[in-house]
Amino acid sequence: MSTGSGKREAGGVILDIRGLHATVANDAKNEILKGLDLTVRAGEVHAIMGPNGSGKSTLAAVLAGHPAYTVTGGTVTYLGKDLLEMAPEERAREGVFLAFQYPVAIRGITNSYFLRSAVNAVRKHKGQEELDPLDFLQVLETKLKQIGWDDSFLNRAVNDGFSGGEKKRNEILQMAVLEPTLAILDETDSGLDIDALKTVAEAVNALRRPDHATVVVTHYQRLLNYIVPDRVHVLAGGRIVKSGGKELALELEEKGYVGV
Amino acid sequence: MTSIEAQVLQPYKYGFVTDIESDDVPLGLNEDIIRLISRKKSEPAFLLEWRLKAYRHWLTLSEPTWANVHHPPIDYQAIRYYSAPKQQKKLDSLDQVDPKLLETFDKLGIPLAEQKRLSGVAVDAVFDSVSVATTFRAELAKYGIIFCAFSEAVREHPELVEKWLGSVVPASDNFFAALNSAVFTDGSFCYIPKGVRSPLELSTYFRINASSTGQFERTLIVADEGSYVSYLEGCSAPVRDENQLHAAVVELVALDDATIKYSTIQNWYPGDENGKGGIYNFVTKRGACRGRNSKISWTQVETGSAITWKYPGCILQGDNSIGEFYSVAVTNNHQQADTGTKMIHMGRNTRSTIVSKGISAGKGQNTYRGLVKILKGAEDARNYSQCDSMLIGDQCGAHTFPYIDVRNASAIMEHEASTSKIGEDQIFYCKQRGLSAEDAVSLVVNGFCKEVFKELPMEFAVEAQNLLGISLEGSVG
Repeated sequence: MSTGSGKREAGGVILDIRGLHATVANDAKNEILKGLDLTVRAGEVHAIMGPNGSGKSTLAAVLAGHPAYTVTGGTVTYLGKDLLEMAPEERAREGVFLAFQYPVAIRGITNSYFLRSAVNAVRKHKGQEELDPLDFLQVLETKLKQIGWDDSFLNRAVNDGFSGGEKKRNEILQMAVLEPTLAILDETDSGLDIDALKTVAEAVNALRRPDHATVVVTHYQRLLNYIVPDRVHVLAGGRIVKSGGKELALELEEKGYVGV
Repeated sequence: MTSIEAQVLQPYKYGFVTDIESDDVPLGLNEDIIRLISRKKSEPAFLLEWRLKAYRHWLTLSEPTWANVHHPPIDYQAIRYYSAPKQQKKLDSLDQVDPKLLETFDKLGIPLAEQKRLSGVAVDAVFDSVSVATTFRAELAKYGIIFCAFSEAVREHPELVEKWLGSVVPASDNFFAALNSAVFTDGSFCYIPKGVRSPLELSTYFRINASSTGQFERTLIVADEGSYVSYLEGCSAPVRDENQLHAAVVELVALDDATIKYSTIQNWYPGDENGKGGIYNFVTKRGACRGRNSKISWTQVETGSAITWKYPGCILQGDNSIGEFYSVAVTNNHQQADTGTKMIHMGRNTRSTIVSKGISAGKGQNTYRGLVKILKGAEDARNYSQCDSMLIGDQCGAHTFPYIDVRNASAIMEHEASTSKIGEDQIFYCKQRGLSAEDAVSLVVNGFCKEVFKELPMEFAVEAQNLLGISLEGSVG
């Protein structure tokens, strides 16, 4: 599934953010990101932590190209390309995946149909043949086995009537099937009980690959007991104010954001 | 919503004009015009009388104003009531149909020529005021099924026409039905004999071509005891600056144990993005479940027309009879739709189901108007109604007017309604998974309409989905 662009071997730079500024609704008074720097390499898991309102979800949304945010300065390079120049769907097709904090429901469309449409959009982009429903079912079954889940989600409408935990699991299922180069998990732990948290974390771990990278956005250390990060960053006031190894997360848990 | 609005508008796909010599009557309406039309069609005396009676009644009526639609007054004297392509008098086979007409229907995706026909579907092709061809007639005749142009039925089966014409929608029913009764020119006639299950889907494709011309067709389907038929109609018209009137009447009769499934894919020219031009689609459709255990099911996908005014209904006379109405109505740009159904429960243990999906985009206004009436004698009647509206953008409107009239305490009624807005978040979610904006809209909208689409015959469900995509193109970016 290699796109052949950029450095994909372990250690190669997947994402490079320099001096990123972003506002809500193109309103200069509403600047949320104020000069953010971050480098993510292949094979790494990064955790972005920070108090409410620090800009964590904004960062996730800006990377995915959400139209509610405007980038007012800085650069974002993804696999050597200017990510900010790409339309949201193009970013997705190039391997950027956002697991939403609040996934939306689509009535009347089954998960398996939705997933197949998504996979085929990516395949078409890469010049690969689209999968018919039978071929796709095989791909799905392989993936479900890999993350150890059953197929009860597949014939339900996308997130329609799903519990909070089910929605989060569904995001991870989509991630599993789409095999993104860069996965961004936005508060995937919020609203999950401890068992669901473990299930989701195990799936994320099972999907780790040396040529892919994961950015986990969270404000609790809890998730990081299960998805162990290589780097932890503290985001405050729209900037990364501190970075460190996984022990930084524990320190945060102990002293709080103010203490660090 | 402003950031998801700019996209190229897909022009109406069927807006071409066929250049063909036509046989027209002068503009305007009076008794002489009606006599002229009747003479052109060599009609029996009873029919001319029926037309004149309808016309005289029509003169006493005024256009209804209760619908939630707005348009400048219609000048009924500026309309041409008959226009037919000139061709040889008697056609022995389809090969004698003007190639221009065959080509027109080819372009519309309705091939009529023997070798190219849609398999499993018999088509009656109506061009302006006349039927130009009906396919698979001989095959259907083997089963005793009569499927032909209405004017032909008048000539060849006058007793059937006289017996059933106006039996469900009387000439005096309403302003547009009365007008239609006075001037109707062609349409389809269909009779399914006792115990026969039609082996083919029957369908009629209506094409308006001539300018300043109204189309007034009439469809009559009679399903005799224990028979089954699935019928589909489609339609389209050229792009024109003027508004053209289409006032049709459809009557269905289902006798004991008979089932009629009637599907419509309505794609008349909707007018341009500024609301100029488009068809006024003012149609009266009604089915009578005359017999015990009979069933009539209406499915409509309404994407075209500048204004749609129609309420396909069921009169549930027979005990245990069933009426169904499944509808998707789309209004984009300046389109207006006021549509819904009437379910009249008369017999015991009668059931009706209403599922209406209204989609409004641009400056479109979409109204659901439905009546459920349970009469005194209708013991144990049941109705389930579901009306869902979806809004795309913030300049459109959705309106729901359910009328419920229950005169028997044993009735069970359920009504559900919802309004949702297709959100930037839904579109973004799909885009984040790699889908284009068009695919995202089509996914969300098709999911919304799924309960209706699953009622359509397979081949047409796909067409309906595509049509929906085209109708909404440009509404979300």
